[in-house]
Amino acid sequence: MKRSREPIIWVLFGGGGMASALFLPVLILVLFIALPLGWVQSAPIDDLQWLVRHPLTRLGLIVFVMLCLFHWAHRFRYTLYDGLQLSHLNEVIAVLMYGMAMVGTVVGAYLIWGVG
Amino acid sequence: MNPGYRLYYPRWYRKRVPIFWWLHKRSYAVFIARELTSVFVVYAVAVVVALVLTLNKGEPAWEAAMSRLSHPLVITAHVLVLFVILFHTITWLNLAPMAIVVKLGDRKVPPTAVLIGHYGAWFACSVVVAWLLLWR
Amino acid sequence: MSETLTVPETVILEVFRYRPEVESEPTFDSFEVPFHPEWMILDALNYIKDDLDGSLSYRWACRMGVCGSCGMLANGQPVLTCATYLESLLPGPIRIEPLEGFPVIRDLVGDIGDFMNKLSDVKPWLIRDEEKPVEDGEYLQTPSQLADYKQYSMCINCMLCYSACPVYRLEPEFIGPAAIALAQRYNLDSRDEGAEERMDVLSQHDGIWGCTLVGECTEVCPKGVDPAGAIQRYKVSATMDYFKSLLMPRSSS
Repeated sequence: MKRSREPIIWVLFGGGGMASALFLPVLILVLFIALPLGWVQSAPIDDLQWLVRHPLTRLGLIVFVMLCLFHWAHRFRYTLYDGLQLSHLNEVIAVLMYGMAMVGTVVGAYLIWGVG
Repeated sequence: MNPGYRLYYPRWYRKRVPIFWWLHKRSYAVFIARELTSVFVVYAVAVVVALVLTLNKGEPAWEAAMSRLSHPLVITAHVLVLFVILFHTITWLNLAPMAIVVKLGDRKVPPTAVLIGHYGAWFACSVVVAWLLLWR
Repeated sequence: MSETLTVPETVILEVFRYRPEVESEPTFDSFEVPFHPEWMILDALNYIKDDLDGSLSYRWACRMGVCGSCGMLANGQPVLTCATYLESLLPGPIRIEPLEGFPVIRDLVGDIGDFMNKLSDVKPWLIRDEEKPVEDGEYLQTPSQLADYKQYSMCINCMLCYSACPVYRLEPEFIGPAAIALAQRYNLDSRDEGAEERMDVLSQHDGIWGCTLVGECTEVCPKGVDPAGAIQRYKVSATMDYFKSLLMPRSSS
């Protein structure tokens, strides 16, 4: 019996779960709440721009976006199977979810890389 | 006598799974909530990317974005997003010892150590990112 | 002064009945049974069968929580009826139903054939390329090697985990928690050489990959087997094995 190719997607799901778990809380706290409310001051804009434009940062952000999107795609796919009992649409949903994640990754990569 | 009764081949009863099975038990509802945090992950990532692009456009654009984000309704919504993402983080890290069982020679690494390692990593990542972003 | 608790004289059991010869749909029968603090649900069921309604059908055997026969739902929770005190479910009425996920043959008896097939699919026995002849003596195992798989050997096949698992209910092809835990019991046994064979069966869409880590299986397991942990560990090892075989293709044997 041929083994499923699920491990490839599972690694992306796992990586995305870990990346989002480790980095999103601080990003949300600082960027969405603390900075807009003026609780803290950001580093000088020039420094931030240098940081964001750095090729490593851009690459890291692209990988981060890809992992998080595939994490969502995998998790949401199974939530649709279990929550709405749509598992008979297995192939359709899988293609849709991972397709959207792939499109999002490509668009995000293009936009983020263009920052440099 | 049940008219539908089949002699020697009685019909087995198969219960249909209700569409809202996950509301029937608290642990199931928590599970579905945990899975739905992935939607909030996508939203948060999208906003982070948007902010990166805004930063690239220069200080005035950045200040305008910060001003838009400071609107009370937006802040309230993002506080909710923060709580949902924290729920994701905590449930995710708490399940790490379940999946990661390593043996060093003859001894198994205690699950508590795996857990503390993960929370330590979370702390370290948060500190690094905060340091990169904030005034120094 | 210790407060005197009022102990009820009787307790009501609402028992799921399904008698295909008289009804097409299940019903619930109400039985009033005497309450004794030391009684388990099983004692109440035996009382019903002995004194109130001899037609009630249910499974039980060892009455001490090691055979795995008496799994049922008590107030919606999968439990071993021989290991659950009536007192813990007071004041009642206590709803008794057959385990979920299995078709009901009659009353509280479900058909467990699906599980039995899946169990044999995972080959729950020691697989060796070559058996050691008896003259060579026993297979030796250190306490540490025993500890590797001992937890998963505690499974009594009671199927409470299948009843708790929503994935099994929604996708009946899912191989299920106990089968995977038992496969792990052998995979992690130092005497076993069959991990490859089992992985062909398990690394499938309705094998381990159907599991979404709800975690209920571990919650309800009466023997502390932790099938959810077994499954997650297996996902990790199946993934590592998959990538190893991608980078270093094995020759087919």
